[in-house]
Amino acid sequence: MPNALLATKGLTIAADDVPLLHDIDLTIESGTTHVLMGPNGAGKSTLGHALMGDPEYTATAGSIVFDGQDITEFSPDKRSTAGLFMSFQAPVEVPGVPLFTFLRAIVAQRPDLKLRGPKLKKRILEIMAQLDMDPSYLDRELNVGFSGGEKKKVEMLQLLLLQPKLAILDETDSGLDVDALDTVSRAIRIYQDEMQGTLLMITHNTRILEHLDVDQVHVLVRGRLVDAGCASLINEINDHGFERYVGQAGSGAASVAAAKAKAEAKAAAVKQETHFDVAAAIENMEAALEAADEQAGE
Amino acid sequence: MVARSNVADVDRSRYDFVKSEATSERLSAGLTPEIIREISARKDEPEWMLDLRLKCLDIYHRTPVPNWGPALDGLDIENIVTYVKPEGEQKSDWESVPEDIKDTFDRLGIPQAERAYLAGVGAQYDSELVYHNIQDSVADQGIVYSGIEEAMKNGWEGVIHDHFMKLVPPTDHKFAALHGAVWSGGSFVYVPAGVKLDFPLQSYFRLNAKGAGQFEHTLIIVEDGAELHFIEGCSAPKYNVANLHAGCVELFVGNDAKLRYSTIENWSKNMYNLNTKRATVGARGSIEWVSGSFGSHVGCLYPMSILAGKESTSEFTGITFAGTGQDLDTGCKVVCAAPDTKAVVNTKSISKGGGVSTFRSSVAVTPAAENASVAVSCASLMLDDESRSDTIPAMDIRNQNVSVGHEASIGRIGNDLMFYLMSRGIPEGEASTMVVNGFANPVSKELPLEYAVEMNNLIKLEMEGAIG
Repeated sequence: MPNALLATKGLTIAADDVPLLHDIDLTIESGTTHVLMGPNGAGKSTLGHALMGDPEYTATAGSIVFDGQDITEFSPDKRSTAGLFMSFQAPVEVPGVPLFTFLRAIVAQRPDLKLRGPKLKKRILEIMAQLDMDPSYLDRELNVGFSGGEKKKVEMLQLLLLQPKLAILDETDSGLDVDALDTVSRAIRIYQDEMQGTLLMITHNTRILEHLDVDQVHVLVRGRLVDAGCASLINEINDHGFERYVGQAGSGAASVAAAKAKAEAKAAAVKQETHFDVAAAIENMEAALEAADEQAGE
Repeated sequence: MVARSNVADVDRSRYDFVKSEATSERLSAGLTPEIIREISARKDEPEWMLDLRLKCLDIYHRTPVPNWGPALDGLDIENIVTYVKPEGEQKSDWESVPEDIKDTFDRLGIPQAERAYLAGVGAQYDSELVYHNIQDSVADQGIVYSGIEEAMKNGWEGVIHDHFMKLVPPTDHKFAALHGAVWSGGSFVYVPAGVKLDFPLQSYFRLNAKGAGQFEHTLIIVEDGAELHFIEGCSAPKYNVANLHAGCVELFVGNDAKLRYSTIENWSKNMYNLNTKRATVGARGSIEWVSGSFGSHVGCLYPMSILAGKESTSEFTGITFAGTGQDLDTGCKVVCAAPDTKAVVNTKSISKGGGVSTFRSSVAVTPAAENASVAVSCASLMLDDESRSDTIPAMDIRNQNVSVGHEASIGRIGNDLMFYLMSRGIPEGEASTMVVNGFANPVSKELPLEYAVEMNNLIKLEMEGAIG
């Protein structure tokens, strides 16, 4: 496909040698909006993180080609400067680092934006106004003590500031009140319309999709892409759920969440050997094993 | 029968040990009363100061090396006189200054002339003028700011006599005794009652004063109702060939008086920094310590606040960064000895590349300290698996009606945090520097802007592994 901005081929993702995603073929054309749906624990966020280069995950087979470059082995910062962005489901708190300092640091990595000196501040304030954000946020420590809605607004602020070629929005709509949801939707539309942005939206809540033009829908179940279709697939899934896909995903395959819990348990066991706090490591491991059992039992 | 034969075998090595100790005592006598007399004579000191020095020397010889804290094996205790060479004998030139120090001067943008001084090559630089200007402007308010030897000759001998090593007695520990015997240089500040100085005094400006360096003595008296902010040192590494620093700081804060004492210590990384700092505070007075420890090979530094007057307060904010080859044992001591006294201790420590950082605190609350409150909080950040971080809090509470709290946390930079920052385009090294700077931020906020900037630069240098 000549316009493919992102193409994964046979991508298989593992955490601590436990396979989580299998044989993912996903193609996203420039300027389109894709939606990734699937039941809880299907591996949607794992795919988002793997595309962004989260070191928790390893590509054991297949490749990711982005904007003409094979980025399978790229570190997250290189993927970012190549034009990839992911809005986190749970943005991380960074104590002692004011929002403005952080924004200046990320823009410094992108000379192509030509936002130097006063231009940067002006542009940030412009976006903040669009997102109904108080400029006093710039002096606050990044995400520290921010509400869920405020954190998502900060993610949208960065999206509009960095103008990535492809934005992965990981459950950006989850847990938001009506006002915050409205602001986030507005930000997404600005990115689509004014920046001709390309989107991969991970969600299991379709409300945010009501006001957006969706080009393609992908269904992920138990770590495999099992269906793809046009926007009408959203309504179909709303009516019937994911039951009909479950058989397709391969019987006997553990859910991604359960596999992930196993991987965590394994990692905790390894850590136990080097970690100074052995008791805590054992506790971690036990908790993770319990979670794994629970998942397997479901 | 075998058992009995064992009993008969006396372990001779115990006696050998005693013998060798006796030998070492004779060797350490290398620091003799004659040398002390020579130091005193050069300074043309009053008789009482010579007597004090000799008394300190005697205590020094009788006091053992502390058997706790970081190992002092690298110090040539038996040949202590090599650290106490009279001025001018230090043989050092620009060529022999280590490359990492020259490199740091470059990167911190220290002027060429100052580098020579900081590098310990004895050159003078032109801050004399700045120093004298400051002296003149504070003198208008009745404030005395000068070298301690200078003050002694200018009518302050009586005051110095009444305060000198009264707060830190030579019996405190071996290196306090050594300091008393061989001290040289330092600052004397006297702020008269009710006078409030609205800009900080910086000892940086008088670094080139004669003899300032390894055994300097700082004596500050802030009279009732007066206020002062004093800044010690600067953040460029100060290089000395003789690698023992045993300075002493004595701070007398009067009733309703305020003193803030800020330090960024960045001795070169061959240094044993065994410094003693202490403050006593009168009723409703306050002492605020801001302390950054970046340099030295081994450091033992525990500024102490004695809250002697009722409702007096102490606030300690500290940060320690121990990199490769560094064992920094830092913290503070607080004594609440009067009713309604209040102490807050807030420290951060960072260890990296095998560095060891230990937070050691001692809190004592006397029976008199009715309704005292003490809050100690220390947070440590370990940047890798080879580094080490310990917390040793001691508390001695002798009054039931007090509030004392301690909280400690030791952590690492979370993978999720690194991933978040890197996913926005920040390379790994810069991302961890950003996290560490954020961690240190509560301390930088307490520093004057230029020092905060220098501290952030220092953290950046440490994170890049450019020095040490």
